[in-house]
Amino acid sequence: MSANEFYSLRVNGKNMPVRDSWVGESLLYVLRERLGLPGTKGACEQGECGSCTVLMNGDAVCACLVMAATAVNSEIITVEGITSDSALTDVQQSFVEEGAVQCGFCTPGLIVAVHHLLDKNPTPSELEVKEAISGNICRCTGYGRVFAAVEATIRSRNEVK
Amino acid sequence: MTVIVTKELTTALAALREHEDARVIQGGTDLMVEINFNHVKPTTMISLRDIASLRTIREDQPGVLSIGSGVPYSVIEGEPVLSAIPALAQAARTVGSPQIRAAGSLGGNLGTCSPAGDTLPVMFALDAMIHLSTVDSTRVVSIHDFMTGVKRSVRQHDEIITSVDFPIVKGWQGYSKVGVRNAMVISVASTCLVADHDNSNVRIALGSVGPTIIRCREAEAWLKANHDLSVGASISLQVADEFGKRAAAESSPIDDHRSTAQYRRHAISVLASRLLRKAYQ
Repeated sequence: MSANEFYSLRVNGKNMPVRDSWVGESLLYVLRERLGLPGTKGACEQGECGSCTVLMNGDAVCACLVMAATAVNSEIITVEGITSDSALTDVQQSFVEEGAVQCGFCTPGLIVAVHHLLDKNPTPSELEVKEAISGNICRCTGYGRVFAAVEATIRSRNEVK
Repeated sequence: MTVIVTKELTTALAALREHEDARVIQGGTDLMVEINFNHVKPTTMISLRDIASLRTIREDQPGVLSIGSGVPYSVIEGEPVLSAIPALAQAARTVGSPQIRAAGSLGGNLGTCSPAGDTLPVMFALDAMIHLSTVDSTRVVSIHDFMTGVKRSVRQHDEIITSVDFPIVKGWQGYSKVGVRNAMVISVASTCLVADHDNSNVRIALGSVGPTIIRCREAEAWLKANHDLSVGASISLQVADEFGKRAAAESSPIDDHRSTAQYRRHAISVLASRLLRKAYQ
């Protein structure tokens, strides 16, 4: 694949062509600027802040550290594709209700990280929750509201069962 | 820029030989930062992401665990590495965040060869062997010969690091690091200690306190010459502290934006003492 060549990514279950791009662009840039998916946020562009967290082949990764053109064989899920429903997910709803969304910039990354955690481990301990979101920096909430939202989600999922 | 994506190691090796300016990219946690900030402008990139043969963990020879250079830290944190080489699993768990550990790999730690690379002290303490391939040759290099300086190694341009062999040692082992917080931190000082029960010795390697990882041969020899290191032996606080001081004396830290040389030396003496006591609790 050479400069400005056309390639295609599989994002949220759809094949999405990437045209007129520089092939060295990060997945974060391609999602936002080429594919019209601005849910994934960009801040540090060095993997420190987690606001660009997406799922890649089932793993939560920083989209800023993925060269998009190397992801042509990968399945990518962004916050826009975390549910096929137009309604909020239970995690998103809990974030709203518990006040875990303040300025909101870190929220999409946290939502993806929390969904990833609860898909792998439906009953995480407090330490496991802390470790799972340790790569997502939030400067507003002090994390207390985020932990409360995760706990509320776990509680409501257990009640449904 | 040209990006080469392949599932075959041979294709990647041929491309690397052909393009003198090519850079190899695995998880991207180091190289993408440099590209995002325009610090490097490679003209050819070869992606190892889809090469399954670099992502295997095997025990082909008994007593040696061979870990593919592309196995992510998120896998190294768990079994079978956790039971076979606990210090490596611990070191892997201290790398960055879950997002970084899903991408980063031993190949990246070796390719970048920073003295702060979290898994490198484990390789030095265990005398790990590094496998390298070119399109028409392979070689195996001891980690002690592999790393030659700050971000310097003997890897040649046309070589790809394929796997790392770790001897499975009977006895306690551990890895500790000091940083400003628990997650997402580059170590200020780190230590790996391995108690080898079969050979009644202790090995210790230090990270972030010198141009390369430092194996404290003198402290190891002092401990072996003066103290019983067999299974069930006990180590007093005084001996552990003296061992810590001797290990710190072999470090050669500098002052930089992360810490001071004085603090790093102190941190090493404490880490080494604590790890030794844990090994003989």
